[in-house]
Amino acid sequence: MEDFGSPALRRLLEAHGGALLATHAQHGDATAIVEPARVVELLRFLRDDPACAFDMLADLCAVDYLRHPEHRGARFEVVYHLLSTGTLQRLRIKAAVPELPCQIDSCVEVWPAANWMEREVFDLYGIRFRNHPDLRRILLYEEFEGHPLRKDYPKERRQPLIGPRN
Amino acid sequence: MSEPLRRSPEHEGDLHAETQILNMGPSHPATHGTVKFLIELDGENIVDLDIQVGYLHRGFEKECESGTWYQAIPYTDRLNYNSAILANIGYCLAVEKLLAIETPERCQWLRTMAGELSRLGDHLTRCGAACLELQAMTPFLYGIEARELTWDLMEILCGARVTSNYVRIGGVKHDMQPDFPGRCRENIAKIRGLLGDYDDVVTQNRLFVDRLRGTGMLPKEELIRYGVTGPLLRAAGVPLDLRKDQPYLKYAEVDFDVPIGEVGDNYDRYLVCVEEMQQSLRIVEQCLVALEKLGPGPVNVDDPRVRWPAKGRVFNAMEELIQQFKAVTEGPMVPAGEAYQAIESANGELGFYLVSDGSAQPWKVRCRPPSLINLQPMPKMLRGAMLADLIPTFDFVNMIGGECDR
Repeated sequence: MEDFGSPALRRLLEAHGGALLATHAQHGDATAIVEPARVVELLRFLRDDPACAFDMLADLCAVDYLRHPEHRGARFEVVYHLLSTGTLQRLRIKAAVPELPCQIDSCVEVWPAANWMEREVFDLYGIRFRNHPDLRRILLYEEFEGHPLRKDYPKERRQPLIGPRN
Repeated sequence: MSEPLRRSPEHEGDLHAETQILNMGPSHPATHGTVKFLIELDGENIVDLDIQVGYLHRGFEKECESGTWYQAIPYTDRLNYNSAILANIGYCLAVEKLLAIETPERCQWLRTMAGELSRLGDHLTRCGAACLELQAMTPFLYGIEARELTWDLMEILCGARVTSNYVRIGGVKHDMQPDFPGRCRENIAKIRGLLGDYDDVVTQNRLFVDRLRGTGMLPKEELIRYGVTGPLLRAAGVPLDLRKDQPYLKYAEVDFDVPIGEVGDNYDRYLVCVEEMQQSLRIVEQCLVALEKLGPGPVNVDDPRVRWPAKGRVFNAMEELIQQFKAVTEGPMVPAGEAYQAIESANGELGFYLVSDGSAQPWKVRCRPPSLINLQPMPKMLRGAMLADLIPTFDFVNMIGGECDR
């Protein structure tokens, strides 16, 4: 696997090459696709290692690849965008999540920023984050049926009326 | 007169000592944004706070996935409706990254200028509304009058005041009108005057300063752990500004300063925002000079994948007619791949993570909303503080419902 000139990717390959499945740097964004079971361990390493020092989780989201023409492998992918405020380098980490069991470890203990972002992914994709301290819907309401950003959720679907709340 | 009541230890047990739950919102006159706070109060002190967002969720990402790449641009206007152009720019830069397009120089200057006018309008709203919500009507009107002047400029430039829809993939909708630089300079002079008036009544005002100083603080390490960016982080002393640190458009060629604060309380946030407005005005002036020096030229990239043929040719030539038909009905085909592009919006890092499967429809349009992410540590900023501190803290966190809930 290649590091594409990214110091963080090189460091990650040296220290945890066995947990990496692939790397690429499409459009200049250094990316590592990692073993889902080890994602939290790797994220903690990336935060604490002085050569990486990714102190900020810039973004966390998921992608549903159901019926994607070229994608092979598990249906979902959780995508982490890391930023180091010291060196300003960026790194993208991706981990596959299957349809069943639709879950992955939570990284809230690595960065508290992940709390609401993981809640949003849970809300819109139905991916469960193990060990999340407060996994409940964030943008939609509790009674909402289904997870609207899944590709098999039709845009026109109506939701039952739930009436007023106390 | 009887003896004054004196509290004795044996009567303590009779007093209500349990905490009280207060619902604030989703629509409250002292918050500019649709959000609900569930506040646990001990007297007037905040014990805990749960923030419930999502009241403005419109399925931005789902809508984007069901249209063409072009059709997502008007939706980005409605993310942060105070600075629509910045979201336009962020999205289009991300699509251009996927297409590997470099836009013409004139377009980049126009985008930089329009983006800064947009940021100015956003900061004016934040600072103006903060005064209103702290019960000061006059400075709010100064701020809103200045914002009207920026919106007037938007109207001349794009035809719309708020949801401007000005930026296109590979360019902008059209060049600025010949009289725009003159009008812009006139309005900038007026805005400077209004900012001076605003500064006179607010910055040293005892009532205002006392409400802001020492409230809503969080150490910078904590803010970074929570992913907070923008004026909030800069007020805490971290000079992170993507315009300087990872320059895009023409920011590497303009001269401006990144103001930072010392302790990161609401007063520092206010000072940073006020200084950023002055810097935005500086950038707009430099853009006008650069545009005048550059002279007329193309504002759209000459790439058949995204360019619409000239109208005159469409009516007279078969090839261009077909191209126009394909461009309108299908829109551009974006090569398969993924890209993340972040820009410095008025609230912090506004990122777009796009995934394309090679078709004319986006596979995934993720917007990294600074409003949502900056709002997350607010309970931490306020635990132990007074209920009244919630108002200025929320003002300067500046959560914008459209962007927060998408």
